[in-house]
Amino acid sequence: MNKISLIIQREFISRVRKRSFLIVTLLVPLAFAAIIIIPALLAGNSGSTQKVAVVDKSGYFKGHFRDVKDVYFKFLDTPIDSIKKNYAKEGYSGVLLIPAIDLNRPSGFEYYSEAQASIMLENALTSNLNDAIEKQRMEVNGIDKSKLDAIHADVTVDFRNSKDEKKGSSAASFVLGYASGFIIYLMLLLFGTSVMRGVMEEKVSRIAEVMISSVKPFQLMMGKIIGIAAVGLLQFIIWGILLTVLSMVMPLFLSPDAMHAASQSSSNPQMAEAMQKVSFVMARINWPLFIGCFVFYFLGGYLFYSSLFAAVGSLANEDASDVQQMTLPVTAPIIISFLIVIKAVADPTSPLAVWASIIPFSSPLVMMARLPAGVPGTVAIWQLLLSMVLLIAGFIFTTWLSGRIYRTGILMYGKKITLKEAFKWVFSKS
Amino acid sequence: MNLLEVQHLKKYYATHKAVDDISFNIAQGSIFGLLGPNGAGKTTLLRMITGIFHPDSGDILLNGKPFDPMMDLQYIGYMPEERGLYKKMMVGEQVLYLAQLKGLDKKTAQAKIKYWFDKFELHSWANKKVDELSKGMQQKVQFISTILHEPKLLILDEPFSGLDPINSNLIKQEIFHLSEKGTTIIFSTHRMEQVEEICDHIMLVNKGHKILDGSVKQIRQDFKQGLFRIGVGVIPNPAQMATWHFTIVKVEDHAYVLKRNPDSTTNDILLHFINQEIPVTYFEEILPSINEVFISQVQRTETLAAPQPA
Repeated sequence: MNKISLIIQREFISRVRKRSFLIVTLLVPLAFAAIIIIPALLAGNSGSTQKVAVVDKSGYFKGHFRDVKDVYFKFLDTPIDSIKKNYAKEGYSGVLLIPAIDLNRPSGFEYYSEAQASIMLENALTSNLNDAIEKQRMEVNGIDKSKLDAIHADVTVDFRNSKDEKKGSSAASFVLGYASGFIIYLMLLLFGTSVMRGVMEEKVSRIAEVMISSVKPFQLMMGKIIGIAAVGLLQFIIWGILLTVLSMVMPLFLSPDAMHAASQSSSNPQMAEAMQKVSFVMARINWPLFIGCFVFYFLGGYLFYSSLFAAVGSLANEDASDVQQMTLPVTAPIIISFLIVIKAVADPTSPLAVWASIIPFSSPLVMMARLPAGVPGTVAIWQLLLSMVLLIAGFIFTTWLSGRIYRTGILMYGKKITLKEAFKWVFSKS
Repeated sequence: MNLLEVQHLKKYYATHKAVDDISFNIAQGSIFGLLGPNGAGKTTLLRMITGIFHPDSGDILLNGKPFDPMMDLQYIGYMPEERGLYKKMMVGEQVLYLAQLKGLDKKTAQAKIKYWFDKFELHSWANKKVDELSKGMQQKVQFISTILHEPKLLILDEPFSGLDPINSNLIKQEIFHLSEKGTTIIFSTHRMEQVEEICDHIMLVNKGHKILDGSVKQIRQDFKQGLFRIGVGVIPNPAQMATWHFTIVKVEDHAYVLKRNPDSTTNDILLHFINQEIPVTYFEEILPSINEVFISQVQRTETLAAPQPA
């Protein structure tokens, strides 16, 4: 037991000490933060205010243009040619030309500027023009705007669980389920191949034979697997801390205005509503259960797959391209599981989602995709427990199977080993 | 007292018998040479003794007790033919790690590392990565990590390959030194001149079988062919050399290689020279080198193994 802890230590320390570990561990939360901060900063700072000169030949628009944030409109009567030449000198960032239009077929609007117009400006121009034209048309057709507004309907449906009456939102569980399924998918591939490369390195550099004269092959394999799992958990913990700290610190750097702009930057009311629902459901979720399950399924899935990756690594020879082919039987189930995740978040109670969340090869991803939809409720307790028990049984089985392939493969040099041969070793006597 | 006893060891692979019923004993403190051409089964044999492979059948006794990998691995030091170290690991940490895996505690290991690194002038390299070292340096590091835990049984597979004469000699002296202190050493090679120089006892294997074993002296005696070299002060005329006591195998500068007639004695030969009044400057028996025994025995078993024409 002492030996295996030495191996775990070495695997852990040699990886954590690498510069790449530091970089990945720090960059991922920064990238996350950047995704949130940069649009907010951009939205907040698009802000050199723009003055737009409007020359209206139709006469429909004067008085109907609303200034929006950082864009101001000024109606001018100066001739087009002179303003087109002089708008910059007079402090305008551009000129909007409105020709004499036919209300039924409005066209021919033009905007002149030196700099490329921003999307915000474009939105401001088109929405103002459209609103004004619609208003004119309503008047022409005798429609009362206040009546129209009174007719306009905007209902929402509260989704409640029939057992506990709690509000739910499919959008929120969709996002959370998808995200956790995706993270486990990435981690399994990332750490699985890390195990595989470690095993290959040991075999190709011939240290394996020296090691096996001190420790059992199984100890060597498990030491590596557990050591890398510890690296993964450490990474999770650091990310968790960094994200918490960043989310607390971030508002200090950004004006509340900018934060608001960020959440509104989509300028899409449906999206904003969805965001609100998401944050509402986030607060409703049983976080201890969710995080506990996340760690369980990450570790379970990792143990299930990493030993298989180790077995494949042990079949490697100097020629790394052989291994590429042999990893496919191991990576394919992970990729298929992720495809099921996409289905499962959309419909967490479909038979495919239910069974895939119970069967060990796909349960680490699919169960995590289903969990945010609610326990108990969408995911019955028996399903969760059965899935966990099967996953434990599953990784014990794959570890046993891989151990038997590994101990032969790690010392087998020279000839190319096929998967068929490797499976024969599983049942060969010791 | 035998440190290691190997009885009827067998290891069969699907296509061939790597080790087929080999038995031998190694005395405590001796240097035991394991010889054989490539593919003879040496590595498989060594891997069974180091607990890497399980034999299909047969027994391995260490100190008279059945070999138990769980307990006994710490008493064994094994340097495989294909050297292996973690390339990205620091030299010092690597040796410490391997020593700890052999059951040394950290403090003892560090003290021993200091001793050996001083001895092999490796101190300035301790914080370098292994792949920054030359091949010869890596070899020395590998050797240190093999002997650091002071194994009772040291198994060296081709320990000198890739070493320059100076480092070869350094390691050779260490092998003798360890042997004097009571370490039993198995030395696997196909470089025969080293075998004669280093080993007390050898075993020759080919195609999974033991061909012969015995002490180096005994084997050379056993395979001698009655050859002698005699030095002469004056070159005699051919007529003077005619006798039934010997035949001339080779004429050298002021010397002859003679093959003695099985019915004659060495004194008969000397008497002949004295009677012919040929001044003799020296007279010596020519024993076959281990290399010659090796080649002749391997060839003999190959022809025996080959299907005989009907």
